[in-house]
Amino acid sequence: MSIATATFDTTGPEAGARSEDYLWTLNFGPQHPATHTTLRLVLKLDGERVVDAMPEMGYLHSGFEKIGEHLTFNQYVTVTDRMNYISPMANNVAWHHAVETLLGIELTPRCVYIRTIIAELARISDHLLSNGAVGLDTGAFTFFLYAFYQREVIYDIFETLCGARFTNSYTRVGGVSQDFTPLVIEKIRAFIRTFPKTLDDMERLLTRNRIFVDRTKGVGLLTKEEAINASASGPVARASGVTRDLRKDEPYLAYADLDFQVCCASAGDCYARYLVRMQEMRESLKLVTQALENLPAGDVNVSIDQRVARPTKQQVYSSIEGTISHFELSMANRGFEVPHEESYAAIEAPNGELGFYIVGDGSENAYRARCRPPSVLHFALFPQLIRGHTLSDVVAVLGSLNIIAAELDR
Amino acid sequence: MTVTAADASVAKPWIEGRFEENLVLTTVEQAINWARQSSIWPMTFGLACCAIEMMAAGASRYDMDRFGAGAFRATPRQADLMIVAGTVTYKMASRVRRLYNLMPDPKYVIAMGACTTGGGPYFKWGYHVVKGVDLVVPVDVYVPGCPPRPESLLEGLMRIQDKILGQRIAKQKGGVGKIDDELPVPHHSGYVAPAVSADDLVFNHQKVQP
Amino acid sequence: MPFTPPSVDDVLAGLADRFGTLDTSVYRGQTRVVVPADVSFDALAWLKERGFDLLVDVTCVDYLEYQDAKHRYGLVYLLASTATNQRLTVRVFADDPDPTVRSVVPLWAGANWLEREVWDLFGIRFTGHPDLRRLVMPEEFNAHPLRKDYPLQGRGERHNFPVITRDHS
Repeated sequence: MSIATATFDTTGPEAGARSEDYLWTLNFGPQHPATHTTLRLVLKLDGERVVDAMPEMGYLHSGFEKIGEHLTFNQYVTVTDRMNYISPMANNVAWHHAVETLLGIELTPRCVYIRTIIAELARISDHLLSNGAVGLDTGAFTFFLYAFYQREVIYDIFETLCGARFTNSYTRVGGVSQDFTPLVIEKIRAFIRTFPKTLDDMERLLTRNRIFVDRTKGVGLLTKEEAINASASGPVARASGVTRDLRKDEPYLAYADLDFQVCCASAGDCYARYLVRMQEMRESLKLVTQALENLPAGDVNVSIDQRVARPTKQQVYSSIEGTISHFELSMANRGFEVPHEESYAAIEAPNGELGFYIVGDGSENAYRARCRPPSVLHFALFPQLIRGHTLSDVVAVLGSLNIIAAELDR
Repeated sequence: MTVTAADASVAKPWIEGRFEENLVLTTVEQAINWARQSSIWPMTFGLACCAIEMMAAGASRYDMDRFGAGAFRATPRQADLMIVAGTVTYKMASRVRRLYNLMPDPKYVIAMGACTTGGGPYFKWGYHVVKGVDLVVPVDVYVPGCPPRPESLLEGLMRIQDKILGQRIAKQKGGVGKIDDELPVPHHSGYVAPAVSADDLVFNHQKVQP
Repeated sequence: MPFTPPSVDDVLAGLADRFGTLDTSVYRGQTRVVVPADVSFDALAWLKERGFDLLVDVTCVDYLEYQDAKHRYGLVYLLASTATNQRLTVRVFADDPDPTVRSVVPLWAGANWLEREVWDLFGIRFTGHPDLRRLVMPEEFNAHPLRKDYPLQGRGERHNFPVITRDHS
């Protein structure tokens, strides 16, 4: 393995000798099959070795934060779907977790468990795609097909649950749009039964594959200090030895009741990030199993006294409280009470800490809906990860950071 | 198959019906169109969420290759179908135009999803979103949905195939022109007061009247 | 005896000793402290030494139309401690014309892009930033779109541009 240990000195005494005219500038993106999305890199190459990289973003900047100032808390969930579009359920949960923190709403136990289950399923589907993409970019196409097939199974579960394949818009303020039906539970059980075998197959395909290990081990090294200093989070930080996981550190939803482990590695290279993601899928599966077996009965939305969740048809037609509540929530100039306050709440999304800073101004729209995207901070790390490696490592590093342009640019 | 005297005695036209066993008679135009429609090579042009559905359409479950459009090319120079899958922003618009110009003729464009059809969820407040990719490149088929299901994309592909089948090899009226260099731009960077206040024109039911 | 980390209140008391009386508030268990713009860098450096070693986010709010707002721009620094998992929100206010705050890139490398984004979308100038360019909007763009007075109607609308048809190409 000479790739990792090869050093390229740009600061030493001969740095002046290798002047700029040696170097070759390569434009990479914004439309390139290995970036998967629209991001751009300008690479400075010395032969095949990357001397420097200048990442550029903004090719998918659609103004999500501006839209958040004009849509109500319930409407904006449709936009969060399009934010990190390979795990939209996690975004829905994050957004309404933040809204409920601002409004001070206590969820019902059943809703808490349902949200935990869907957030963990979203984590599995995200890690499947990001590990699949690393495999695809380093030449393991079969691995990608295995991963994509399991993603389709998760899509099926979500489609049965709420009618959309992946832009789910599933959560609501104070609850979710649909309760779990027996068919959904049956489908999740079937997934729990079949997925470990596929995961074992995937591990056998790639984890000790000589080519894959050579392409990823020692590539894109990130130390623990650098990870903290650069505000990295999620699997990228945990692969570098940062033990921070919001599910353990600030238990939200049902994570305090469930038994799981935080997956960490100390190597901090692309291979460690791949291993952390693989292991996290197993932990997520454990979480889904526990939460599904302990799924509490009862209402899924908060009670109608709180005036935030839509009452059921039964309540609207048979009680005056239900009718009034429905009327109040339906009228354009009514809605629920929002304090003149601001708060930040985050969840451990598949990619890292995904938080929303919401400023309430008394109306049903946020005055400011800031999203704290993990991808931006990870993409900013890219130049220091790739410096000194070869051009073919660019795709491995990009894939292991799992940068999603829509979340990157918002 | 040997031709016997009895067969020969039956009056047969000298060419029609003689080649039915292994040959198809057609016009050059139809043959070219058939070949073209069964080997559409799309460009991998995933911009946003629709790209995931485009990948799903190309992957094993929906298998776009059944219709001859499975060979996703990474370079525009080998592609003849551009599936614009996702939000096109002002920063990206010039790149989309350039990639379109790099493709060899005949080339087709599918506008996949609501964003490329007309701005979609970003129509009103998305200050950096081009309100429809048809302001940037000519679009042949619009596929609605946010995002469209893979089946919808396959349907859009078949409409492209219909369009190809109807093509003529003879020179068409109008001829090949050139796209204007003008690209759409975002709103004015300073504050622009609306010329007429909408409050005076539209009765606002929810406003408390003094 | 287990290690008990200093509580957020103790840290804030120390901060007040060092920088004078500061306006603090608590909402939903989140402690906020307002720091004057001229000492923001020193205060954040002080907090970093006291264990708030993770900069979670830098963002900004434009309080143009906000009720009872005294300043136009309010910067938000979300800090956290990787050792104790405490969180602290630091607010710094700035005003027109030329809102300026000292950059914290020397403290946290992660602030680089976050501050570029705030500059891009709000027009807050960070002095001492190594590379203050636009992050998401095009280079030639000259407005700051997340400000509340950015027009959402104008020439960017669809009907102002010709639809390109096959006849053109």
